[in-house]
Amino acid sequence: MARIIKNDEIIESNLAVASGDDIDISQDNQLLPLTVYLAYREALAGRNDYGVWLDSDEEVELLDGKIDCNVIGLNFPAFNDGRAYSSADILRRKLGYEGEIRAIGDVRRDQLEQMIRCGFDAFDLAPGQNLEEAIASLQGFSENYQTTTDKPEPLFKRR
Amino acid sequence: MYTYDTYDQKMVDERVVQYRDQTERFLAGKIPADEFQQLRLRNGLYVQRLAPMLRIAVPYGMLTANQVRKVAHITRHFDKGYAHFTTRQNIQLNWPLLEEVPDILEELATVQMHAIQTSGSCIRNVTTDQYAGSAQDEIEDPRPWAELLRQWSTFHPEFNWLPRKFKIAVTGAREDRAAIQVHDIGIRIVEQDGEIGLQILAGGGLGRTPVIGSVIKEFLPKKHLLSYVEAVLRVYNRYGRRDNKYKARIKILVRAMTPAVFAEKTDIEWASLKDGPSTLSQEDIARAEACFTLPDYETLPDEVPSDGLIAGETAFKAWLTHNVQPHKVPGYAIVNFAIKSTGVAPGDVTDAQLEHIAEFAEKYSFSELRVTHEQNITLADVRQKDLFPLWQALVNAQLASPNLGLLTDVICCPGGDFCSLANAKSIPVAEAIQRRFDDLDYLHDLGEFHVNISGCMNACGHHHVGNIGILGVDKKGAEFYQVSVGGSADSSAALAQILGPSFAREHVPDVIETIVNLYVDERSEEETFLDTFRRIGIQKFKDAVYPSNG
Repeated sequence: MARIIKNDEIIESNLAVASGDDIDISQDNQLLPLTVYLAYREALAGRNDYGVWLDSDEEVELLDGKIDCNVIGLNFPAFNDGRAYSSADILRRKLGYEGEIRAIGDVRRDQLEQMIRCGFDAFDLAPGQNLEEAIASLQGFSENYQTTTDKPEPLFKRR
Repeated sequence: MYTYDTYDQKMVDERVVQYRDQTERFLAGKIPADEFQQLRLRNGLYVQRLAPMLRIAVPYGMLTANQVRKVAHITRHFDKGYAHFTTRQNIQLNWPLLEEVPDILEELATVQMHAIQTSGSCIRNVTTDQYAGSAQDEIEDPRPWAELLRQWSTFHPEFNWLPRKFKIAVTGAREDRAAIQVHDIGIRIVEQDGEIGLQILAGGGLGRTPVIGSVIKEFLPKKHLLSYVEAVLRVYNRYGRRDNKYKARIKILVRAMTPAVFAEKTDIEWASLKDGPSTLSQEDIARAEACFTLPDYETLPDEVPSDGLIAGETAFKAWLTHNVQPHKVPGYAIVNFAIKSTGVAPGDVTDAQLEHIAEFAEKYSFSELRVTHEQNITLADVRQKDLFPLWQALVNAQLASPNLGLLTDVICCPGGDFCSLANAKSIPVAEAIQRRFDDLDYLHDLGEFHVNISGCMNACGHHHVGNIGILGVDKKGAEFYQVSVGGSADSSAALAQILGPSFAREHVPDVIETIVNLYVDERSEEETFLDTFRRIGIQKFKDAVYPSNG
């Protein structure tokens, strides 16, 4: 069981990130790699005990019209790899995905507010991060200039 | 001039609080050094060879007298009494204490200033033409677009962790004074069939691999600016290289994909963003334009300032020729002054000079001034009848050096004296050249001449676009300098070509003199250095500088 932040609270999640070559899809409570998910999509049909995760160099468009689960993990191989922000925004606004987007990997406190604005709503923080303190960083700036998933109306329309 | 409303002010104030908290957590050991480095860089704070360096944003180079006074105050209380104007139209402090930076930011916020995104792999300060709003050759004022981009790029959550830094420049004039062809994105206001729109370039840049940007959109209707730029950034964020920081700029991606494919890929991303919430309505554009109202110009006759000339001031005459530009409003002029005196690092100003500059702006130019990417200052709205008294005041403040655009108006990075990235010092090289060419009449005879010096491959001194470019290199621990010729940063942008093997520092002034002498020998009447270079080619320069090879 991993402790994660979701909806401004610390909760327990039983989903574990599966990686490597010998993944057993019959096991429950796994976040499956994108390639495994796409290969075994039919075999997984009807189950709701799994999710899928993508690395930062994998294109979320590959999931277009093929999302059968309600948790998608986006990996941060390093905290300064910003590709997953684009992936999250595309999932929300281009693909219309409304389920959970979970940040996994090297997820650090001071970036959470940026992740939220791109559509992330769950955070499996990097080892060593203090979850209780991280809650304080969820609240970002009280106003933002851009159109984002959480506030589609840009500031120039609200002035 | 753009003035903050409560939204802008609130964001800047909240950023100070956020950064103070980050600094305190770092000092308490709660943020690892590698992570804090990225956080502080996004707030303009570098840790340099001798001390931290704080880069303060000056959006599109515009400042008020009040802001300059605040910077002067900060240099006195938190630094050593001087500041440095950079080639990014920004201001740098070379000696702040890491612990005091939150206090400096708090001071800056009181005059609508900050250091947001002045460093780090994110979208940097948007730059533009220093004559914006006043230039005679302007199609439209570029500043409303620069401001819209400033807002759009500030804390953009998707683009705060790009492969590398990202710089945008906008110009609205026929002559490109904003060097848009050497930016990650360059935007030019253009006219087509009676409609004003935007031409978009991508993939230009200096640094290790200098590239002239490619046009990826010939004519973009204005209302689509933000969604289109968002598409460009998204393609770059997703596909730009992250494995090698020297190949991570967008220019490498554009070149690898080819500009045509990059443009196509951008259009595909744009399809889902176009006509979305970022689309600017006529009202939105009008509101942005209204933020840049014209100053309260008087109705004046166009006149030559005869008082100073009658007084027999030849220095004033020289200054008029080189430092003063025509204005679109009769009776007004644009005044430039170089912050480059021999013996002082190019771009450096003392707190006292800052106070003077503020006073001049207040007295002579509607309390506004601009910082240029040539590291000079522009007063964009000076009455012609004030030119002589302004010149006299500049002389007293040691700011009237009439070398603007001349060989001694050297563009120079801080170099090895301050910067931990540098291979070699750059300031002493600038000074040696200024000392060698100290005959002002001769300098005027040489005419327009751009010398650019960078202390390393990162090219902060823009050496690739200097008529003469000088690059500091490390040769087995010794500082050497590679010299190139023929670069240009204006509308006819060109990259300088390397002459040959590098030189020891003491030989650089001789090499420059050899190049200048060849130009003087070869030029035909009215030819600038660049004209002559383009006509006769590089080989003659090589032969002159390396005679033994001939």
